[in-house]
Amino acid sequence: MIKLEIPIPEPKIRELRVGDTVLLSGLVVTARDAGHKLMVEERPRFLDDLLREGVIYHCGPVVRKEGERWTFVAAGPTTSSREEPYQAKVIESYTVRGVIGKGGMGAATKEACRKFGAVYLHAVGGCGTSIAQSVKEVVAVHKLEEFGTPEAFWVIRVVDFPVIVTMDTHGNSIHDQVREQSKQVYERLLND
Amino acid sequence: MSERLVEQLHALIRSASTDLPADVEAALSEAERKEPPGGTAANAFGAILDNVKMARANLTPICQDTGSLIFHVYHPVTMDTLAFRRAIEAATGQATRDILLRPNAVDPVTGKNTGTNLGAGVPYVSFKAWEQDEIRVKLMLKGGGSENVGAQYRLPDSALGAGRDLKGIRKCVLDAVFKAQGMGCAPGVIGVGIGGDRATSYLLSKEQFFRRLGSSNDDPQLDAFEKSLHADLNQLGIGPMGFGGRTTVLGVFVAKQARHPATFYVSVSYMCWACRRKEMTLKNGEAVYDQA
Repeated sequence: MIKLEIPIPEPKIRELRVGDTVLLSGLVVTARDAGHKLMVEERPRFLDDLLREGVIYHCGPVVRKEGERWTFVAAGPTTSSREEPYQAKVIESYTVRGVIGKGGMGAATKEACRKFGAVYLHAVGGCGTSIAQSVKEVVAVHKLEEFGTPEAFWVIRVVDFPVIVTMDTHGNSIHDQVREQSKQVYERLLND
Repeated sequence: MSERLVEQLHALIRSASTDLPADVEAALSEAERKEPPGGTAANAFGAILDNVKMARANLTPICQDTGSLIFHVYHPVTMDTLAFRRAIEAATGQATRDILLRPNAVDPVTGKNTGTNLGAGVPYVSFKAWEQDEIRVKLMLKGGGSENVGAQYRLPDSALGAGRDLKGIRKCVLDAVFKAQGMGCAPGVIGVGIGGDRATSYLLSKEQFFRRLGSSNDDPQLDAFEKSLHADLNQLGIGPMGFGGRTTVLGVFVAKQARHPATFYVSVSYMCWACRRKEMTLKNGEAVYDQA
C-alpha cells in the first residue's frame, strides 16, 4: 500500500507501476463530460492552481446541502472512456498527475501519461457509499448552476482514497492486457 | 392522488437505491470466493460487498449513479393509470429531495438538468393491464455507464459471421460483452432480446433484468442457451471492473418475441453489478415488498 499526498511531484508518479494500490490524500477536483469539454475548448484559469500536479476524478456525486455546507453522500467513479477525446490535452495543459475513474482509457491518454508524467487510477465502480467516506470535506464547487450536480467541478478533500494504478508512466495498461487476453478467447469462441 | 401511494412508491425507490437484492449479493459473494485471495479481483469484490453492506446500513445510495427509473406496472383494468403516473412522479421528486436519487434528467439540447429526475419521457412507466385484482409495481434503476455498452445487431451480420439462428445470436452476445470490457461495471447481468422491432427489441432485453439470478427460462431451448452462454462469457476473463478474473457476468437472460420477416434484431443490454430492482404488490391499499 502506497500513500500519496496531492500535489504529487513528477518523480513520485513515475515510481508507480500498474497493479500498485495507492491511498490518496489531498485536494481532488471532480470533472466529467461537460467539464472536460470546457477545459479543452475554453481553458478556464480557475482550475490552474488546483490541477497543477493535481488529480482529476471522473465522478458525478450524490450530494447533500445543509445550510451552506455540502457533503458527499455517494461518490464512486464514472466511466472514463467518454473523456478520451479530451483527457490527453487536459493532462498536458493543466499538468495533471492523476486521473481517477473506472474502465480505463485509450491510447492517447496512455501516451499523455507517459510523456507528461501522469497515471490512471482505478476506483471500484459502484462503490458510491464507501468511497464517499474518504471525502472529508467539500471545499468548493464550480459551474453548479450551469452544469447541474453530476457535471459540476466539485473540489473535495480526500483522505486515504483507495485506488489501483491501472495505467502508468511506462506505457503499461492493465486494460490493454485484459483486452488482449480476452480477445484471444473471444476469437476462439466466435469460431467454435 | 393518494398520499399513501406516494409514500409506498417512495419506500420502493429507497429500497431499490440502497438495498441490493439478496440474489445479486449472493452471486457477488460467490464470485469473490472463486478468485485467489488477496488478488486484485478478490479485493474488488471485497470492496463491492463492503459497499453494499454500508449502503444498506446507512440508507444511502449503493452507487452515486442512481440511474434512470424504469417502472413496469401490472394493474387491474379499473385502475386510474394517469393518477398512478402522477403518484410515481411525486414519489420520484420526493426521493430526489431526500438524496436517495441523484438528479439524472438532462435536457439533451439545452444541457439543463431539471434537478428533479422529472422531464420529458422520464421516469419511464409501462402500464400493463392484467386479470388479477392486485397491482404489482416493478422498478429498476438502470445506470448510464452500463447503458452505454448495450448494443443492437441486425442479422445477418457479415463482420461477425452471424446468421439468423441461435449460433448467430450467440456471436452477438459474445461481441457485446467483449467490447464492453469492464466499462459497464463488470461483472454485469446480460439481457438479450431476440426479434421485435428496433425499439421493442431493446425493451425486451432490459425487461429481463427483473428476473432473479439463477432462475430458469420457461423455454427449455432458451434455458439451455442461457446456461451455455453464461459459461462461455465467463471464459473471457474480463473479471470485476475489467481487472481480469473468473467472473465476467453474473447471469444471462434471453427472451424472444415475434419479428417481421424482413428483420432480425438481437439487442444486448448490460446491467452493472449493482443490479438494483425491487417489486411491490398492492392489495386493498396494503403494500408488500419483494414477494418472489
